[in-house]
This record gives sequence, structure tokens and C-alpha cells, in this order.
Amino acid sequence: MSILGPFIFAAYVLIPMYFATLEDKEEKIVVVIDESMLFTEYGTEGPTCVLPETEYTKFRIIEGVSLESYQQGFDETGYYAVLYIPENILASESSILYSTRQISIDVTNHIKRAMEEELEHLKLATHDIHNIEEILMQVETSIHVRNIKWTKGGETEESNTGVVMGVGYLAGLLIFFFIFFFGSQVMRGVIEEKTSRIIEVIVSSVRPFQLMMGKIVGVGLTGLTQFVIWIVFSLVLIGGIRTAFFPELNQNPTQQVVSSDLFSPGPAGSGEEVPTRGEMADEPVTGEEMNKGEEMNMAEEIFASLQAIDPLVMIGSFLFFFLFGYLLYAAMFAVIGSAVDNETDTQQLMWPVILPLILAIYVMISAINNPDGSLAFWFSVIPFTSPVVMMVRIPFGVPWWEVILSGSLLVGTFLGMTWVAGKVYRTGILMYGKKNSYREIWKWLRYSS
Amino acid sequence: MSILTAQEVVKDFRGHRALDRVSMEVPHASIYGLLGPNGAGKTTLLRIINQITAPDEGSIFFEGHHMGREDTARIGYLPEERGLYKKMKVGELALYLAQLKGLSRSDAMKRLSIWFEKFELGAWWSKKVEELSKGMAQKVQFITTVIHEPRLLIFDEPFSGFDPINVNLLKREILQMKNNGATIIFSTHNMASVEELCDHITLINEAETILQGEITSIRENYRTSKYRVTFTGDQGKLSRGLRDCFELEQVDQNGMGQQATIRIKEGYGSQDLIRNLLDITNIKAFYEVLPSMNDIFIQAVTEHE
Repeated sequence: MSILGPFIFAAYVLIPMYFATLEDKEEKIVVVIDESMLFTEYGTEGPTCVLPETEYTKFRIIEGVSLESYQQGFDETGYYAVLYIPENILASESSILYSTRQISIDVTNHIKRAMEEELEHLKLATHDIHNIEEILMQVETSIHVRNIKWTKGGETEESNTGVVMGVGYLAGLLIFFFIFFFGSQVMRGVIEEKTSRIIEVIVSSVRPFQLMMGKIVGVGLTGLTQFVIWIVFSLVLIGGIRTAFFPELNQNPTQQVVSSDLFSPGPAGSGEEVPTRGEMADEPVTGEEMNKGEEMNMAEEIFASLQAIDPLVMIGSFLFFFLFGYLLYAAMFAVIGSAVDNETDTQQLMWPVILPLILAIYVMISAINNPDGSLAFWFSVIPFTSPVVMMVRIPFGVPWWEVILSGSLLVGTFLGMTWVAGKVYRTGILMYGKKNSYREIWKWLRYSS
Repeated sequence: MSILTAQEVVKDFRGHRALDRVSMEVPHASIYGLLGPNGAGKTTLLRIINQITAPDEGSIFFEGHHMGREDTARIGYLPEERGLYKKMKVGELALYLAQLKGLSRSDAMKRLSIWFEKFELGAWWSKKVEELSKGMAQKVQFITTVIHEPRLLIFDEPFSGFDPINVNLLKREILQMKNNGATIIFSTHNMASVEELCDHITLINEAETILQGEITSIRENYRTSKYRVTFTGDQGKLSRGLRDCFELEQVDQNGMGQQATIRIKEGYGSQDLIRNLLDITNIKAFYEVLPSMNDIFIQAVTEHE
């Protein structure tokens, strides 16, 4: 399970995505009634439609048949839909697709784009400018903005914000799942001991507090081991892919800029000259770099960014916040387990415990866009939400005093919670048949003291 | 010298008092019975002795000193509700529980093999607990209770759920342990076992002790001057020849022959009855019938309420 875990997780995410992108393989024939005559061409085999076809979507111009006649018995015709283009299409900018079936959104979008492009061509043509299409292609510009962070050491590192967000997001989610998963394992263990009645035997040999802590620590270690295996696995994977496919990443980013974008042929292959960096005095430009011609593509950038996120800080803080976040929640889960007689009764008691975690996930979504804002700050410091939210902020870089503050609050709350939990646990594990409610638990707490 | 003394123990649960100034003295190397109707407070008292719950008032002394956490290593407790970790392997669980009591792993292994063989559980060592039948699981639990050779054993309803063969097995083990110097306290409804095994008893009803002491003296206190005669000869002759001061309650025919149960009225003694019987029948056996613990139990409880 520990080894397969990441694969299974990836599958859960990727397989649905794959299914979503699969195109419907049915051949769809769309009849076009083109009253504007702007989309019809006359060739040797009769009228054809100008609109580009896809592998599965085809157009057919049929003249002389009215729209209304298609409505009767449309299903027998075998056509997918009827595209009606009115005469005044340029002015109205509206056409209609008719069918007895619900028309696929892909088809609608394809038709929309194809028609837009065609009409744009026509409109351009009316302006009567020589070579207008070519000019447009040359003018088209695509700028790529890279993010680079200045580090304390006077160096630069790649820091694509998208990547950082992704990592933060993943970290936050992982913490959420780990805490939830292992916390409920503790709860289930407590319940099992209660229902199997072995609790009496154990408690005649050890103090309830020892039993509770033993269980929490034991499950926690399992979680930690699992996590360490995953980390090692992922690092090896990333490292392997990096050396196999992107060995150039050892270059200084600025040199990469010089060697790539400006020296590759521009999209239009125009004869015009783009001022080269080499003509400006500063940077030494060697022949090699000029001929590099490789674009710094997206994947390389991603890997460089990943490298830049200090793994020690990431892993260290992940372990810390997972550990203490888990310990805090595990104590609460132990309390719930001791208060009920079976697993189904846990539902009502779980809500207040789970709520902060879910809240943290929502905050995470906002914090990821604004990691230094006050919302993100407060929720990364309040102990119940901090494990998730702080982990989201860490890839962006967090002032060390904030991390210390958050960490100490978390540890303090954990200690307090364990003390409370111990008292409730001691009473709860030997009580059967009582109503499950927080009022009952409160009574046990006072009773214990 | 008592191995265990409970002094004026009081335990309240919200709304009702479970134990009301209960005191008990358990002598060394005795078998002590804790009796009482359901809900009387027996399990509560046993839990307090085992330090699972604490008394509100009163104290427990073990071997002369205030009972503390360290003493749990010298006590073995078998609770009424049997329970084991279902998904664990039998052997692993037994080892774990033995080590919990302070045994080293190798020590535990050695002793467990002996016990498992004695109880014929050897084949189940590697199986999961949930695969055991109820009786086997109880045997396993019994083993884990006694494995560390505790000085004091506490069994809460040990015979419930056992078939007669296992009941016998348990009785033998209890007697064996007593011979080895251990003290055993057990609570039960099985009055026959009380008669067979116990030296002392305490009878609790509604949070109070209503009867306490050595079994023989208690039974003597409750004696009703009944005697049983195993005889041969004519039954009619016996009943006709019996003096008025002797009441013939019933005559049974069983494997030992004919048995007459006779009650002696106030003022007369067993010697008088024997003299009477010598004239009217052939005596094969003659003994006093002490009331059964069952009868005493019922009588004491009903009188108390």
C-alpha cells in the first residue's frame, strides 16, 4: 500500500480526467442551410461548406430544402443537426442549431469558432489592405513572463508561481487527508477495544492515559513511515526524470534567456530585423549560445522551480505540522471513540472536530492567491487550521517568526488537548450505553476532576 | 494474615450508590467467593480492587500496604465480559498480554507453550482470535490471566459460558493454584461451585454486605437440624416407629438405596434420633444435612429486602 499509494492516488485523478477528454467517436453530419451564402463554395461536385470539419463532425450543404421540412421525421434522416445561417449573419451575429437530440457542447463550440474565424477573414478582406493576413501574423505577439526570485545568497532561482501554488495546494491537501485518515484510525482502535471488552484487561495493567498515548503515538509512527516512503519515492522519481530529460537545468537562468527566446526564429519568419542582444554592449555572446536555439519550455521551467523550493524546509515543516496537527486531532478522535459504543454513533460527534479542517481547506483556496494576506496569516496561526494553511504558505516563503509562533501555539494546544482527552478517555472507555453527546462528555470531564 | 483487605469502600455513580461501606478480608491461600444478585455491586467492587475505577471513600490494602499501581503485576484479573483483540493472532496476543504483566518475551514463550499444551490449544497459536470458538477464547483469556503466576487471582463470573468439561477444568486449575499458595477471589451465581471450592464468602445485596465468613460456620448458622439416613429395610416400619419429636420430611429412592430426611424438633439431639433409628431400621449412613448455599443465598437475600 505504501508503494502503490501514489500510483493509486494519481490514477484516481488522471483516469476521470482522461475520460472527460475523450471525444465522442460518433460521426455527426450537420446539414447547413446557408441563406447568407457566405459559407458555401461551388465546386465540381456541387455546393460544399467552407467550415472546417473535424474527424467526427461533417458539414453538408443542401439547397432547396426548407428548415421546416426537416423537423418532421428528423430522426430517420440520420443527420445529427441542422445549422441555420440567416441571410443577415454579419449584422445579427447569430445562428441556430436544430436537432431532436441534445447537441454536444463540443460541436457547438467548434461551429462557433469556425464561423467566427471565417467571418473575421471576410471582414478583414473588406478593408482592402494589401497583405492584411500576413501583416496580422507578423504582428501577433506571445510574451512569456518568467518568475525569478532573488535569494539571500545573491543568486537567482526559478520560481514559477503556478508551480509554487501547485505544491502548496498539494501539501495542504495531503496534510488534510493524512490527519483525517490516521486520526480516524485512532478512533476506530479505541472503539474496537471498547466493543471487544479487552479494555478492562488492559486497563488492569496500564493506566488509561498510557494506553491512549500509546495508541496515538503508534498510529502516528505508522503515518510517518508511510509519508517518508512517499517522499523518498517522489524525490527519486523527480530526480530521475530531471537527469534523464532536462540536463541543461544547471545553467544560470539569465544565460538561458539569452540563448533561447531572442535567438530563435520568430513565429512569422519575417525578414525584419529584431535587435539582437549581442548588439548591445554588455553580455558576452558566444557562438554556442547563439546556436542553442532551444526554447526554455514549460516543463524545464517547472522542474527548475521545483528544485528551487528548498526541500529541507518543505519536508521539515511538513513533518512538523503533520506530526503535531495529527497529534492534536488524534487526541480529539480518541475522545470521540471513548464516548461511543460503536462506529455508527461517531457521526454526530465528529462534526465539530472535522469542521476546522474543512474550513482550512476553503481558506487554503483563498490563501493560495494571497499567501501574505491577513486571512492566510490568521488561519496559519490558529492551531486547528494551521497545519493545513501554514503548509500552503510555506512554498511561498514565510517569515521565520510566523512559523515559530504557529508551531508553538500548535504544540501548546496539543498538550492541553491531550490532558483534557486523557480525563474524558479514562471515564469513557468503561461506560456503555450512555447517550452520545458533548454534554455527556462535559459531565465526564468534570466528573474526572 | 490477609492478602487483601477492603475497608469501608463507598462508590457512588450519578444517582445511586453502588457500594455502601463494604468491607472484606481475604485470607492468604484461600478461595474466596463473592456472591450476590445481579446489580448488587460485585463487579464494581472487583473493578475497584483492580484499580480500574477508584473508590469514593474507603481503601484497599494488599499484603499489608495501600494498594498501588505496582501491585497490578502480582494480580491476575479475568473480567466478566471476555474480550480479546479479534484480528490479532492468538500467539501474538498471548505474548503481548503476558509481557504487559511484566514477563520477558522468552519467559512468556516458555510458559505459554506449557499452558497451551495443557489446554490443548497448541494448534491455534497462529490463528486469528476471531477464528476461535467461545470456549477456546475463554481458555486463552484464562491463560493470559494466570501466566505471570500472580499471588492474587480475581475472576468475575469465571464459569459463565463454559461447558461442563471446561467448568471442571477451571475448577481443577483453581484448586491447583490454591495448593501452590495463591489466593483466589471469584464472583459467581454457580452455587454448586461455591460449595465445592470456597473457604470464605461475602454475600452482597443492594450495595451492602449481608453475609460474611467461613462457609462451614455460615452453613452451620443456617442449619435446620435436618439429618439424612441411608437405610435398608421396610420404609413403613421406619415411619411408624419414628417418635413424634422427629419429623419425617421425605423418603427418596436413589442409587445409594433408600434415604430418609428427618428433622429433629427443638429440645432433642442427633443422638436421640440415632437411638430411635437403631430400633426401627438398618442404618447404612447417617449425616447432618447442611443447607445448600443456594438455599442460604435465597434466604439471606429475601430476609434482607
